[in-house]
Amino acid sequence: MLRYILRRVLESVPTLLLIVTLAFVLLHAAPGGPFAADKPMLPEIRRSIEARYHLEEPLWRQYLRYLADVLHGDLGPSFQYRNTSVNQIIAAGFPVDVSVGLSAIAVALLLGIPIGLNAAWRRNSLWDRIPMALAVAGISLPVFVIAPLLVLVFAVRLHWLPAADWVHGSPSHLVLPVLALSLPYIAYVARIVRGSALEVLASAYIRTARAKGLPTRRILLHHTLRPCLAPVVSFLGPTTAGVITISIVVETVFGLPGIGRFFVTGALNRDYTLVLGITILYGTLIILFNLLADLCYAWIDPRVRLES
Amino acid sequence: MSPEAPSRWQRLRRHRGALIAGGVLLLLALSSLIVPALSAYDYYTPQLDLISQPPSLHGGHLLGTDPLGRDLLIRVLWGCRISLLIGLAASCISIVVGVLWGAVAGYLGGATDALMMRAVDVLYSVPFVPFVIVLTVLFGRELWLMFVAIGAVSWLDIARIVRGEALSLKRREFIDAARVSGVRAAGMIGRHIVPNLLGIVIIYATLTVPTVILFEAFMSFLGLGVRVPLASLGSLIADGASDMQAHPHLLLVPAVVLATIVYCFNFIGDGLRDALDPREHS
Repeated sequence: MLRYILRRVLESVPTLLLIVTLAFVLLHAAPGGPFAADKPMLPEIRRSIEARYHLEEPLWRQYLRYLADVLHGDLGPSFQYRNTSVNQIIAAGFPVDVSVGLSAIAVALLLGIPIGLNAAWRRNSLWDRIPMALAVAGISLPVFVIAPLLVLVFAVRLHWLPAADWVHGSPSHLVLPVLALSLPYIAYVARIVRGSALEVLASAYIRTARAKGLPTRRILLHHTLRPCLAPVVSFLGPTTAGVITISIVVETVFGLPGIGRFFVTGALNRDYTLVLGITILYGTLIILFNLLADLCYAWIDPRVRLES
Repeated sequence: MSPEAPSRWQRLRRHRGALIAGGVLLLLALSSLIVPALSAYDYYTPQLDLISQPPSLHGGHLLGTDPLGRDLLIRVLWGCRISLLIGLAASCISIVVGVLWGAVAGYLGGATDALMMRAVDVLYSVPFVPFVIVLTVLFGRELWLMFVAIGAVSWLDIARIVRGEALSLKRREFIDAARVSGVRAAGMIGRHIVPNLLGIVIIYATLTVPTVILFEAFMSFLGLGVRVPLASLGSLIADGASDMQAHPHLLLVPAVVLATIVYCFNFIGDGLRDALDPREHS
């Protein structure tokens, strides 16, 4: 187990290196720079600014310097926000994204799994058809459609919940963003669970359990649930990281102080270090959640061998 | 495969919903092509005496106008055109790349397969939303770049699925027969492997198109998509969201149209999967 984790971590090093290199080359290959000519600047000032951020050095030297800094855990100073480091920006904004994203995933699991199980158990009844038709609708409604609609209904018309002016740690400010983010994922989880539950329910050991008269509850919770979770877990691995990335939209609509907006404005302003730093963070997240998903997968299905 | 064809068609037809969804899409596509050409209004000329009109049957603006007095119906239809165009073009790119990559890896096998699928694994770890954002921001917001950027990052799933299918196909007798009669690798992949994958490719193509449309809308929503005054459904939703308190129809109309398009594609994809995928009907 430990050896497996260690191997996976080591394997992710070249991947991360590739991500950093790709992003670095892309950013520097693009026309324009962080201090390009939209604002006229005295040549001496430009030179001193460029010297401060080492922009006058050859590209390979900048690249090696950046890699060395990253290895020491320092993502460098932001070009756009004076006297602020990328580490500080991430430390301030990232917890917001994580709390919204993970809450959304939790809601998706808590609602999606029961809906899917129930639909599979009562196949072709209204308990199956209506939720599944809604689920296709949920998948078709992207976050950026749901979010403004929720604001329109619950904040603008009904005044039930706040839709802006983020307050740290206030649960009522979390409700609408989390709801907006989780709706499509509730639909995905419900569909996946229904699909695999149908397969499991058709298997022989479930017939045995029913034949010996076990109560429905016990059949569903003890015999059906666990094998159904395997595909959910392999869906969640890449998705959880994706939820945290896609929260850019929720940040925009609800005015959350996450890092997504920093990323977009950073890209627009050629804030090299900020964009690179957040890209590295997202890449790490994806690798981390895929590893977690594989570990969970082995826990759910003991037949899976991690070492292979 | 062919003897089962009629029953498949029947199964698809039984899926009446999928046919209706196809009809709706066709209608939207045709009207997005025809109506703007016939209409007296265009998507870019502001009419400042007619700003933010509500929908009405009189006055010629069926769905009302936006804050610059432009006809909302025409703008939404243009948005449809852009969204469908990007959806289809980018899906084509991702399908061509994904099918070739997966078929070559699956058919050749061995070290080539390991290397190619390792590349796919690595690319899966690349945070692709940020990458497309960086690409489009840095290299200008051209429509064709959008196709390439989205197409280039969305072929991974198809490559994986196709590789799996190719692996099982190449153990079949007709492949052995073809090899014995001297067909080389390139001909084998092009003539024997890929055609036999078409069923599953069509299913995933119908499911890729809505993802791509949503992604384009997402980019446009962030202000990184098509340039003003051209509109896509995503940018119309973003504009509508900023003005929804006073004029909710500016948000609702494009939102409903986008949801309809994506819903229809997903519905057809599900229908096709039921009809064509043998594993679902054991």
